[in-house]
Amino acid sequence: MGYLLDFLKTLLATGRDILPIILLFGFFQLVVLRQPIPNLRRIMVGNFYVIIGLTLFLVGLEKALFPLGKVMASQLTDPAFIRAAGGDAAWQDYGWVYLFAAMTGFATTIAEPSLIAVAYKARAVSGGSINEWGLRITVAFGVAFGISLGAFRIVTGTPLYLYILVGYVIVIIQTFFAPRTIMAIAYDSGGVTTSTVTVPIVAALGLGLATAVPGRNPAIDGFGLIAFASLFPIIAVLGYGQYAAWSSSRALKRSKENHNEIQSHSRIG
Amino acid sequence: MQELWYILKRLRSAGTDLLPIVLVIAFFQIFIIRQPLPNLGEILAGTVIVIIGLSMFIEGLESALFPIGENMAQALTRKGSLFWLLVFSFALGFSTTVAEPALIAIAGEAADIAAGGGLIEDTGQAIRSYALGLRLTVAFSVGFSIVLGVMRILRNWSLPALIIGGYLLVMAMTTVAPEEIIGIAYDAGGVTTSTITVPLVTALGVGLATIIRGRNPLTDGFGLIAFASLLPMIFVMGYGIIIF
Repeated sequence: MGYLLDFLKTLLATGRDILPIILLFGFFQLVVLRQPIPNLRRIMVGNFYVIIGLTLFLVGLEKALFPLGKVMASQLTDPAFIRAAGGDAAWQDYGWVYLFAAMTGFATTIAEPSLIAVAYKARAVSGGSINEWGLRITVAFGVAFGISLGAFRIVTGTPLYLYILVGYVIVIIQTFFAPRTIMAIAYDSGGVTTSTVTVPIVAALGLGLATAVPGRNPAIDGFGLIAFASLFPIIAVLGYGQYAAWSSSRALKRSKENHNEIQSHSRIG
Repeated sequence: MQELWYILKRLRSAGTDLLPIVLVIAFFQIFIIRQPLPNLGEILAGTVIVIIGLSMFIEGLESALFPIGENMAQALTRKGSLFWLLVFSFALGFSTTVAEPALIAIAGEAADIAAGGGLIEDTGQAIRSYALGLRLTVAFSVGFSIVLGVMRILRNWSLPALIIGGYLLVMAMTTVAPEEIIGIAYDAGGVTTSTITVPLVTALGVGLATIIRGRNPLTDGFGLIAFASLLPMIFVMGYGIIIF
């Protein structure tokens, strides 16, 4: 019964959330472009799926993903569990938390559909010098490191802006050296790697940590993990672009040298 | 009937996307934490609902909203009216962000935390209006970002210069914004651009860069999302200054 009531409430709110897009498309199609709507039936069915799907997603999120992230965070920071790992709870004792954060970051990023799309486009602009799998693994490690660093920040309670500031400085420096073609894709990749499923799990982990670690305030320390997860891909893609440009130019030089050598040999012969 | 078949296919791919994270959690629960999860049944049921919901949602987007949005973006760029193009850009950024699932979830969570921390009144009404305010702020800033990004493609402004300028603004706002808003503001950047916004906005950018002479869709078509993940940080900090 509780489920049903939740569902109906969320359904109502979702209908309201989807309404602006439907109005926008309807208005532009009929008033500005003055064209009939093609495949009206198909579109109605599609909209119905969008609303029901979003409602189910939000209900399930509340019942599963949010509680799960928080329970994991509180179990991993439980004094009994920490003490079993040895000693008083200093930042070093939260080792499993950092590992869990890193693995979560890696696992959610490597399978992320938007990252697969970004990697594909990056290979196309670089003329093949950027390897799709190489890029995906680089970004996944970037996110793993980012989220783990973010967990470290929550445990130690150091200010978020310092980390982000350093990240920005790195991005700005890289911007001067990275190949121009990769730039726009790199900046975009920051936003797209944090998907609909990653966000709630990662956010719940952060909030759970900030609640469970003594001396932390969820309102101040709880958020910020997603910021890490969206900054590190930019650094990783720019870095990978630089590396790919450098290695392909070196390969080109070497093949030229070989070519010259062969030519000079053949002349001697 | 055919649509149901598509949903089944989506279910499989959503399941595969979720598999790595399920493995990580199972590994930690079984080998490291070695404690049973409380309400395991409810969590499993919820996860199944999440997967079904997400599959239906994405299937609906791809069969209805994406094709019509992409056609519209192309038709509008061909029409050549700057006014309608900018109105459409703003409205597209705004309305897709309002419907973005991750943002709905995070805004609700942020409102609960703010009420728990005594930043806003702990009543259902206050929590809902704070969450809605947060979402509208983000949606407004994304709309503005898309307009800015479209102007950049049309006028060929330098992307790195704008991004670096944005970073400086984020830092400047951080010094004046209340401490409690900074985390959620920084997160807002990554949250806004996901399932609905990215495909539609990318279609607009690539459509524009394809139609304007001398632009390369691969290099000039991107960069719209970059603004959409930068400006929300600045605007949400502004919201925090006003609210707290």
